[in-house]
Amino acid sequence: MKMTPTSNAQEVRADTFIPSANDFQPAHRESHHDALHRPSLSYWQDAWIRLKANSRAVVSLYLVAFLMVFTLFGPYIWQVNPSSQDLDQISQPPSFNKQAVLVNGSGFWEPDLEELPEHYFQELDVEDLLATSEIIIDQAFTKSVRLRWQAVEGAYAYVIYRNDYKPESSEDLGLPLAEVEGADLTYYQDRLNLESKTYYYSIVATDGVDESEAFRAIPVNVEQAITLDEAKERGLVDDTAIIGDSISLKSHPLGTDYLGRDMLARLISGARTSLFIGTVAPALYILLGVIYGSLAGYLGARVDNWMMRFADFVVALPFLLFMILFRIAFGVESGESGIFPMLIAMIVLGWPGMARLVRGQILQIRNEAYVQAARLLGANSSYLIIRHMIPNVMGVILVSITFAIPSAIFTEAFLSFIGMGVSPPTASWGSMCNEGIKTMLSHPHELFFPALLISITVLAFNLLGDGLRDALDSRLRARD
Amino acid sequence: MLLYSLKRLLYGLVTVWFIATATFIAMHSVPGDPLLNNKAVSETIRKNLEKRYGLDKPLSQQYVIYISSMLKGDFGVSFTQQNRRVNDIIREHFPVSAVLGILAITFATLGGILWGAITALYRNKLPDIIIMFLVILGISVPSFVFAALGQLSIIQMNDLFNRSILPVAGWGDFTHMLMPALVLGLGTMAFLVRLMRSSMLEVINSDYVRTAKAKGLSSLKIFFSHQLRNAVLPVITILGPAIAAITTGGFVVEQIFAIPGLGRYFVQAVQQSDYTVIMGTTVFYGAFLVFMVILVDIVYGFVDPRIRIHAES
Repeated sequence: MKMTPTSNAQEVRADTFIPSANDFQPAHRESHHDALHRPSLSYWQDAWIRLKANSRAVVSLYLVAFLMVFTLFGPYIWQVNPSSQDLDQISQPPSFNKQAVLVNGSGFWEPDLEELPEHYFQELDVEDLLATSEIIIDQAFTKSVRLRWQAVEGAYAYVIYRNDYKPESSEDLGLPLAEVEGADLTYYQDRLNLESKTYYYSIVATDGVDESEAFRAIPVNVEQAITLDEAKERGLVDDTAIIGDSISLKSHPLGTDYLGRDMLARLISGARTSLFIGTVAPALYILLGVIYGSLAGYLGARVDNWMMRFADFVVALPFLLFMILFRIAFGVESGESGIFPMLIAMIVLGWPGMARLVRGQILQIRNEAYVQAARLLGANSSYLIIRHMIPNVMGVILVSITFAIPSAIFTEAFLSFIGMGVSPPTASWGSMCNEGIKTMLSHPHELFFPALLISITVLAFNLLGDGLRDALDSRLRARD
Repeated sequence: MLLYSLKRLLYGLVTVWFIATATFIAMHSVPGDPLLNNKAVSETIRKNLEKRYGLDKPLSQQYVIYISSMLKGDFGVSFTQQNRRVNDIIREHFPVSAVLGILAITFATLGGILWGAITALYRNKLPDIIIMFLVILGISVPSFVFAALGQLSIIQMNDLFNRSILPVAGWGDFTHMLMPALVLGLGTMAFLVRLMRSSMLEVINSDYVRTAKAKGLSSLKIFFSHQLRNAVLPVITILGPAIAAITTGGFVVEQIFAIPGLGRYFVQAVQQSDYTVIMGTTVFYGAFLVFMVILVDIVYGFVDPRIRIHAES
């Protein structure tokens, strides 16, 4: 080996060197190599950072927060009674500034008609009957539509039709409203379920048996109206209001349902039902499952075996059928709301899944090397449980709750939909869907909004569950 | 394998007994009088009715009769429809539900495997993103909304072609089954796509696939005999619960599409407080589900040799 000049110069001969205390200086410790480069993070801090990095989970977290605000503070912000009916505004589409005209409550109407020439009364064959030359709209309100028309020469009677779209042929005139008998009776008042939209009215002359092919159709824009007495009764106007005034009605941002109830108010009150069942039931059955599962896992051996056998039996019970059986067993008649039985049934039937999961976790963690190491170092059971068992099981429990919530919401919606859950007048998203599906074709908003809320809620909790699973538990982490 | 199957079957029988007992307890704790609906005014008629349904006997004896007649496969007589046996009701309405269920399961499994495999192969590319978006939709939207949308789309389609291509509701031939089965299978399919995707991703990165590639096998052969075959295994395990989900999901779909299946009949029976039908149907469904799960497990044992060996040891 070759010596370098520097080491040569520093070489000290051992026999002449007497060490003194000054020769021994403590070496400067360069400890920064061993220091942690990151601040220490607890399990939850780490999970939170990972969750925040997942954009889908963050969005769903915002959605869940929004839903909570919507449910908890909704009734204070939107102070409309969800069960107050307004039969004048049935199945209204979403609108903000709705105006209505004050009209007279009386339905009697008899216009002055001009005298007809004598030859008009000579009845003609149906082929010779013409269409009326003119239709006059006297009034077009949702309370009544009043029409007059020019008499047709030789007509015995007239048939009045109403259609939602422009009729193309005489076979496409829509709803036959009435037949007015008499050549000189050329007016008609329609008061049948009118809504504020455009209708096409057609007048057809008949010879008493057959209807003429000729017809005249006229579009009528029907205006929202309210009778003066009713407006006063509901406190919409004061005493100075007169007929013909235009007033603004209560606005319904999401429209009204088939009884004229405000959809937004009902959705908020439905959210209270749906989310109450959707969160309380899972929380309780998961608690039960955790206690049962950890007990089984803790006791182990024979007791564990029997306890898990029993859980297997409960799992085998057909879930939805037994939800319904519980409802009957609680004496809830069909047509009554059974929120409490539903809750009990969900708890009684829902716990075994969680019990299995927790038991498996406890058994696994108990034999984990770090737990055994802690035990060898003298940790007592309470330390082991608080420090190792609970934090490790907590993640699984949290993820399970997030996934249990959407399935509970689905179950509630499903049961209410088939009429085995919440019944009128209590609102829940499922029962609202049940009501809305009947008028799906004519008023899609009644189905759309509750269905949308169910979907968004379930979606948000599912995505949040995915995110939590990824963040909390690397063993359960999804592969993507 | 035989021993394992027998053990499972025996265990299944005990489970069915548990279901029957739970049903009995639930139905006999109903408050009020089950005969109230029958307007049994006179005391004699009442006595006779109680005798007919065996309600005059003590509860323990009723239970023994209930279990023993169920062992003989007899579910009793309907409460509201006199002279109609529950067995006949099940025999009449269950095949309808079963056909619908089988079609839905087939649809869900084939769709789930196919789309799941595609998403895994095109991971994080456009087909994957589109399909996974639809899957999330399929998981989040309740089945009755899909049923309503299905009916709407049939109406639109019939309008478009100006003739009846598919019937909107009802039951009869194959055309009646298509849309309800599609709707019924949709939720399960969405679930299976996710499962298949993650299982396929695991397989794609496995050693034996790399070996097969290194051997120079064509990618089609690798896909079918190496990737698909192995990735499909978890899908089979989930089939048992999937059958349960689809049978109970049938309640809503049968209701909306006016299909005379057992699910719809059950809901009707509940509304009419037809206790014998409710009990019979619940036990029947329970037994059916228990044995379907066992069947799936046994089939799985045949498909996957690892399970077979595990069961035998």
